[in-house]
Amino acid sequence: MSEPAVSVRGLHYQFGETKAVDGVDLTVLRGEIFGLLGPNGAGKTTTIRAITALLPVPADVIEVFGLDVAKRRMAVRRLIGYVPQQLSADGSLSGVENVALFARLFDVPRRQRKERVAEALEIMGLTDAAGRLAKTYSGGMIRRLELAQALVSSPRLLILDEPTIGLDPIARGSVWERIAAVRAETGMTVLLTTHYMEEAEQSCDRVGLMHQGKLGQLGTPRELIDGLGRGPDATLEDVFRAYSGGSLEDEQKGLRDVRATRRTAGRLG
Amino acid sequence: MSVPLAAPPAGSVDIDRRMGPRLILSRVVALCVVELQKLSHDRSELVTRAVQPALWLVIFGVTFTKLHAIPTGGVPYLDFLAPGVLAQSALFVSIFYGIQIIWERDAGVLAKLMVTPTPRAALVTGKAFAAGVRGLAQAVVVYAIAELLGVRFTVNPLKLLGVVVVVLLGAAFFCCLSVTIAGLVLSRDRMMGIGQAIMMPLFFASNALYPVSLMPGWLQVVNHVNPLSYQVEALRGLLIGTPARLPLDFAVLLVATAVGIVAASGLLARLAR
Repeated sequence: MSEPAVSVRGLHYQFGETKAVDGVDLTVLRGEIFGLLGPNGAGKTTTIRAITALLPVPADVIEVFGLDVAKRRMAVRRLIGYVPQQLSADGSLSGVENVALFARLFDVPRRQRKERVAEALEIMGLTDAAGRLAKTYSGGMIRRLELAQALVSSPRLLILDEPTIGLDPIARGSVWERIAAVRAETGMTVLLTTHYMEEAEQSCDRVGLMHQGKLGQLGTPRELIDGLGRGPDATLEDVFRAYSGGSLEDEQKGLRDVRATRRTAGRLG
Repeated sequence: MSVPLAAPPAGSVDIDRRMGPRLILSRVVALCVVELQKLSHDRSELVTRAVQPALWLVIFGVTFTKLHAIPTGGVPYLDFLAPGVLAQSALFVSIFYGIQIIWERDAGVLAKLMVTPTPRAALVTGKAFAAGVRGLAQAVVVYAIAELLGVRFTVNPLKLLGVVVVVLLGAAFFCCLSVTIAGLVLSRDRMMGIGQAIMMPLFFASNALYPVSLMPGWLQVVNHVNPLSYQVEALRGLLIGTPARLPLDFAVLLVATAVGIVAASGLLARLAR
């Protein structure tokens, strides 16, 4: 029972001519918060989509709790709670209804459903807003609602793609707090991507830096910063600049992503 | 509070063996429940979507009934038209689902649904019958309008049950058709155009407005491969008692829906990529 939560060996993925992921090896240990860091376009989302079996992956490349993702897709998905980058709650449903849908899709037994839905909403601090339509929620509340959706099935692995993108600083802080609280309570493994180095430095047990489809620099934030040899005041951002040769933001792509997220936020009201 | 949120026992991963009909049924129920919840939050859509069928019945139907221009075999034209308009209103609802699924793809909703333990075919079947639920709600509105205009529909519960099944299957098929096209074009703007472009031809190249015998030869051929015609024939037979090949109509709708589900689920992976 000591296999890692996620093990990736030699993952390659190509969109046409573009190598989105180019030979990634990655191990996420049980119970840790692991951050996959890098600018937009580094291959983080593609890696995550491969782990969730949204993209076709050959056998013997990715295992989740010892299950081969290529062979046991449905079994793997029962273990995963996933929150995509976009604000993806359904604005035309209430908070309770949004979470109840995922309870049904994960076969939470009918007798437990109501209680589990209420509990997931409570953990995310949404009990008071539970009856309101999600389109009346703020961006931070929608993110927390999505976390409640992901948690209602009691996943062993929580996968979050850019959980704080497009949120204001207070909402970001609140999202990180809830993630930390859930992990402390349940010992759940969390795998997330972000391009906010500061947030990763504060919240992740270990991080991996991704750049142009490759993963280098794996370790605790402290290890990576110390390894840089620039003293205690250095930051993860410095580590990343040293590793990637300077470019933290692929600006064009970055703007496009932000715009897409804003659009989503606008749509939700 | 930590008990339900604790990690599930290792053995529970084997629930995925429980594939097949039960799993599909549970997903269909889940997605239909969501559809009903959405309807209950916003009933205005039922009204706005009733405008067009109401116009067809009130203006086109009433006028042509007076003109006696279309031979309908002794049935008042409005009675003849009403089942056609009922089918059309469910069709228009379903065609919208292709646009919706592209929107769900852009918003990350589709990815989130596909990362749940829900096989693609179950997801598509769920969407198809969710469209059926909406189509049915729309059909009830059209039924009421037609009754108000003096159309005498059947009140036989068994026949009405048949109507429910026909509307569900028709809506499910056109939803799958729309999702299949969405899986091919992958763009919301193009999908809007295509949705508009196929809706009216499907409607006009069917027996919804006029009997098949009035159609030119080439249109009769199109009519014979248009599932909407079989849907209308069945609805007309059940609702106003005109002659209908009910076993054939049901068989065509069932097979069309099954083919639609297979085609749409095959293209769903393209949408998720």
